[in-house]
Formats: sequence, structure tokens, C-alpha cells
Amino acid sequence: VTPDQILIRLGELTLKGKNRHRFEQRVETAVKRVLQPHPRATVQRAFGRMYIHLQGEPYAPIADALSRIFGIQSFSPVYTCENELALIQTLSLSLITTTLAKRTSEAKVKFRVTARRADKAFALTSAELQRELGGFVLLHADGLVVDIHQPELDLQVEVRETGTYVYVDSVKGAGGFPAGSNGKAVVLLSGGIDSPVAAWLAMRQGLRVELVHFHSYPYTSQQAKDKVIALGNQLTKYAREIRLHMVEFTDIQLYLKQAGQDNLLVTLMRRAMMRLSERIAEAEACGAIITGENLGQVASQTLPSLTATSEPVSLPILRPVMMMEKQEIIDLARKIGTFETSILPYEDCCTLFVPKSPATNPNLRVIHKMEEHLTELESKLELALQTKEVLILPLQADKNFSDLL
Amino acid sequence: MRHVLYFDHAATTPVYDEVVETVAVVMRDYFANPSSMHKLGQQAGKLVEAAREQVAGLFGVAAGEVVFTSSGTESNATAILGVARQFGATRGRHVVTTPVEHPSVLAQMDVLRAEGFEVTEVPVDANGRVNIADVAAAMRTETILVSVGWVASEVGAVQPVAEIGALLRAWPKALFHVDAVQAVGKLDVDMHAAGVDLLSASAHKFGGPRGAGLLLVRDGVALQALLAGGDQEHGRRAGTPNTAAIAGMAKALRLTLAERAAANSHVRALHTRLREQLAAADATHGLGLALTGSAGPVGSADLDAAHPGSAAGSPYIVHFTVPGLKAQVLLHALEQRDIFVSSRTACSSRDERPSPTLLAMGHSRESALSGIRISFHPSHTTADVDQLADTLVRVIQQLRKEASSQ
Repeated sequence: VTPDQILIRLGELTLKGKNRHRFEQRVETAVKRVLQPHPRATVQRAFGRMYIHLQGEPYAPIADALSRIFGIQSFSPVYTCENELALIQTLSLSLITTTLAKRTSEAKVKFRVTARRADKAFALTSAELQRELGGFVLLHADGLVVDIHQPELDLQVEVRETGTYVYVDSVKGAGGFPAGSNGKAVVLLSGGIDSPVAAWLAMRQGLRVELVHFHSYPYTSQQAKDKVIALGNQLTKYAREIRLHMVEFTDIQLYLKQAGQDNLLVTLMRRAMMRLSERIAEAEACGAIITGENLGQVASQTLPSLTATSEPVSLPILRPVMMMEKQEIIDLARKIGTFETSILPYEDCCTLFVPKSPATNPNLRVIHKMEEHLTELESKLELALQTKEVLILPLQADKNFSDLL
Repeated sequence: MRHVLYFDHAATTPVYDEVVETVAVVMRDYFANPSSMHKLGQQAGKLVEAAREQVAGLFGVAAGEVVFTSSGTESNATAILGVARQFGATRGRHVVTTPVEHPSVLAQMDVLRAEGFEVTEVPVDANGRVNIADVAAAMRTETILVSVGWVASEVGAVQPVAEIGALLRAWPKALFHVDAVQAVGKLDVDMHAAGVDLLSASAHKFGGPRGAGLLLVRDGVALQALLAGGDQEHGRRAGTPNTAAIAGMAKALRLTLAERAAANSHVRALHTRLREQLAAADATHGLGLALTGSAGPVGSADLDAAHPGSAAGSPYIVHFTVPGLKAQVLLHALEQRDIFVSSRTACSSRDERPSPTLLAMGHSRESALSGIRISFHPSHTTADVDQLADTLVRVIQQLRKEASSQ
């Protein structure tokens, strides 16, 4: 049996009364984009839900893409049969046994039937149908126990005039808000584990992101750049297109190092990065700066350091992974597919020239004094902005291989 | 030069010219290790992933469900041993298969028997097909795997895969492996629709290069890897990917499936023609030749839906026996006339014992020593088939005469 439809449940946006229509439209646009390679499939919107009519298009690749659209809470493959009790019973049983087969635990599965009869020509009432199906399934499938209040398996059956619709599985969606529904933000992407996760969390919260990466080429390698591009490419699996601003930071970094206060170098660098990010944010109409900082992880991520880092800019700096445990961040990184790339061993600019004991409690007055003497900093920041390179991700592979494949 | 007639496409097929080109270009220009971090490695890696996407699309599965291997044999071993080692200790130690499987399946079953597993071989009928009721009867609560070939490689029997898949929905602990090496590019192979968990295929059976196979692993199915030592293929198959062969396989699959509908109807006609000519010649000349299987090739509806009720086999294989005439003798006599056929699967054809497949189908020992497999390619013409039938009849008559005069 193959599914004929996919039922999509929209998530948090049901909370937002007035914006709902606009939000649903955004999800629909994203769903339609997923369906582009599958021209026979159509989308139908209903209250708080959406139906894809597959019409022969394959379920698996579409489901794979749906699971990455923000704003979708969950979705279910829906199977259809004619309005005849024996057929409904067989179909229900086969769906239940397939689902049971995927389970690894031996414990009994709590189960219930929810049946709705909309077609009054159908002989049984909803309650009767529910009983008939429940009894049949319990008789023929092993490992089930009825629990109508907290079922793990909810067999949903709807008898309409056009046919009977049955589903049992619910696939968890990416959740969150649809892309761009909460505006736009710049994300500082370092190449580590945390910042791609921060970017993804921002995207899930309905932000479109402009990625900013600072590189110290040739002190850091081309591979370090490629790694960041690879991370950005991976994030585009959750968005249509993302821009990556590559900012040449070498000159600024060498200049700050000349100031001679090695223990404050990281603080000075991060302040410079914030200033640059804010200017990029202004130019790109972004309302926030997002970082992958995590409280206490390294010297630059203590409260006093964060104060010093934040001070030069007035845009809100959001730090989605600030309070997460490292393992939680790693788990998320694995889930979104950035972990393997993040742990590739290439130096980024922050680990270059780093002193043995960076300040954990940088003194703002000292910093202000130092910055007063860094008279060329402003022109170097401007130069960095002028020379930055903007890549549109996903970066097309050097070729699409259609000649070879 | 005399016209050479190759009728052993079930053993291997000639490689598409376009695929030869792809393999050559990839070998030369994408030589870097696809797992390397540098640019050259990444380009090779991207090519492998593009090939994976293409293969996944053609099979109607997700890219993550495609594992590239080195051969159909490796795919079968990965599936069978992988399931046994993943679940043998916890779920049970019983496996179900059939006696007409390819040696690469049956040999894994021997490995499992040596490891203390019980293996049940479901009987087959005179057409080489299993009966769904017999499969059902073989199932036990401790069954962890059912392994059935979609098309039996020796006689071409098409097994009721979708029916078995439906049956196994009631056996949640048993995974379903299908060796589809002789089916891919010929039958409508939709693994998810048929309820299959693991599906093996091999590139060189559909115009691709040797050294490339694939195993489709349904999302959610865990397998212990056969080869350890690297996290290639998401840890499911260590070893540097064979970029050129993988790209060649993806291309060959695309080309084959594009031609499938036309190829099938052409080959069906060849199949019917050869069987009719052999049956007629046998009736006229008393050759003592027996066609294997009771009906003609599966029809177009059957091919597209892999119809479970059909008694006939794949149109790509015609199998017959000439009891009393050893297969090798006939094979070599045909070879002298530049006609190449096989006695059974290439992986077991040097074996001089009677064919286990034919014995399982109820043939006598004498008959099981005389099986000949003719396997077609869409490039064959009716003239080729006529020449084959004509030569076969003359050669058999001659060999029979020699045998009786001794």
C-alpha cells in the first residue's frame, strides 16, 4: 500500500490569530517548492491543516523534504480505500502492523480508534465503526492494548463520500515558525559546533538569516572557508537560499595585535566583529545579531566578556544556545547535519594568535583607552566591509554532473 | 568474422558506451578520495552524492536509503549477515529463504547455520515459485529475516514479493530482504510499495560497470556493517567509494529505466518466439527437450505491477532441460558455433553436480544436470532468436545421434 495523501498539521502559528493566514501562506509556498519536482502532486489548504494529494508521486522523497519545513508540526501519510467495512478493516490492520513492525521495544502499545463517519450513506455510525475496527485490529494484531485516553497509536478513520481516509503514523515536523515570518537577522558563523545550531534555532523561530563569517586567510586555510560554506549549504536544507558574507579579517586582526595587550586581543577582536556585523545588519535590514555564544564555555564567554562584546552595538544580540549544555548542542548539531562538518579540524581566526591567558574579566575602561589609540580601526572596518565577498548558498557544486550521470 | 550471438545477459551485460565514457572521465578527473576534505576530494564526494540522489530518485526512495557496495554479492551478504548480527542475539535466530536463491544468498545461509541459526527453505513449485501459504507456514516468532530473490537467477521465476511483503506486515520482528539483481531494470521494482526492507542490486546486470552494487535499506532499519574501518556510507559500509563505478551505475540505471517499457515488450516477443519454436521443434523432431515453467513470460501488466499470481517467469530468461544431455556438452557445442549460453548462474556454473534449483523444482537428477539458460538483451533481434533456435535443434539432434551410436 502506498499513501494517496499527506496530511500536514501546522504548528505554533495556530496561536497567532491575526497572522495565521499569512503564516499558512508561507508554509504553503514552502510546500509547493518541495513539490516542484513532483508535478502531479497538488496542495489543498484546510483550517490549520494542509493536504498534499500525491496522485502517484512518491511519498518518501516528499516526506523527507517536508520534515525540514518550519511551521509544520507533524504530518501523516494518508491511505484511502472504498467505503466498505471489510476494506477499511484490512487497510487499518496493515497500517497498524507496519507501524508495530518499526518498534524495537517489546512493551504493549496503547492504542485507540478514532472514526468519523461523514458519509451518511455508510451503514455504520461513527461509534459502531469505531467498535468494529477496534475489535478487528485487536483480534488480528499482537502487542496492542486499548487506551482511549493516552494512546501511542491513534488509528484515524474518516468515511467521506469520496472514500475512506485512514492514517495512523504521525511524523514529527521541524516545528517552529515559517521562514521569515519573524523578520531577518545576521548570524555570526564561526565554523564550530555552536554557531550553526544557533543559526538553525533562529531559522526555526521564523527568522531569515544572513550568515557572516570572518576569515584570516592566508593564516587560515581555504579549507576553513570551504568548511563554513559547507555548513551554510547544510543550513539551506531548511531554507530556500541563504547569503553568506565572507569578511576578510586578517588585516584588522594583525592591527589589533599591534596594540600589544595580548590578553585583551580576543575582546578587541570580538568588539570589531560586532561592529562589522551591525553594519552588515543595517545594510541588509536585519533586526538582530545572533551568535553561538554559550555561557562559560571559554574566556570570551563569561558575563563580563559578553558585556564588553555587546557594548559597541545597539541592536539586540540574541544567543540561542547561551544556556544549553554542550551535549544538547551536539545532539542538535547531529540532528541538523552540521556536526560532522563542524568538527573538521581547521583553525578559524579566533584561535589564531590567541594568548595563553585571555582576560575573563576585561576592564572596559582599559578597552576604551586602547580603542582611542587604534585610530586606523575605523578605516580598516570600512575596508573589510567594502571587500567582503557575498556567496549565495547553496553554492552550486562546481558542476551539476548531468553530463556524467 | 562470424556473427557472435551472446545469450548470457543474466550473467553480465555489455556496458553502455555512454557509461564507459562516464567511467573513464570520472577515473581521470575525479580521482581524489571522496572522503578527503580538500577541494578535489569534495568534488569527488559531491559526484558520489549526486549519483546517490539520482539512484534514489529512480528507485523512489530517499537518498539516505541508498548504500553503495562493490557487488550484488556484497549487498546480499551485508543484508543477511547484517540483520543476523544486529538482531540474532535479541530477537531470534531463525531465517527463511528459498532453495532457488543465488549462491551469494545461500552461502550466507551456510554462514548463519554455522553460527547456530536455523534456516528454513520454503519449497518451490515446478515453476520455481514459492507458495505464499508455505512462506506463512515457515514463519515463527523468532524469525528475524526472510530473504527471497525477486527473479530466480537460474530459471527466471518471479516470486510473489508484494504478497510476501504484505504477509510480513503481521510479523513485525522479521525484516524482508529481496535480492533484486535480476529484476532491476526489468520489473517494476518499488521497494516501499512491496513492503521490502532491504533490496540488493548490481550494476553490471543493467549495462553498468562491474565493481558497483547497491543495497537499499529502508529508513529506520539498523544493520551491523559487514565492513568496518571507516564511516563511509554513514558507517554502513567502510571503504573508499568507487567513484567511477558508482557514477557509471547511476547512469546505466537511468538509461535502462528510460528504455524499460520498450525493451520489455520487445523481449517478451523474443521470449514467446523462442519458446514456441523450441516446443514446435521438440514435437516434430522428438528432441527430448523440456521447457521450464508452465506458461509464457509475464505480461506487461504483470511486469509493471510484478503481479503475484503469475506462474510464468521473467521474459528475459528462457530455461529448458534436455535430460540425458549434459549441459556443458551442449554449451560447448553451441560455443563452437559462436553462440554463448549458460548452464546456470555464472557463480555456480563450474559446478558439475546437478542444479539444486532444478532439484528443488522436482526435476530428476538427470534432468537437473541438463539445464540450459538463455538470457536476452533488448538488442537481440528475431533473426538472432531464429538462428539460436535453429542451431539448438540441429546441435541437439546431432548430440543425441552421437550418444545413441556409441
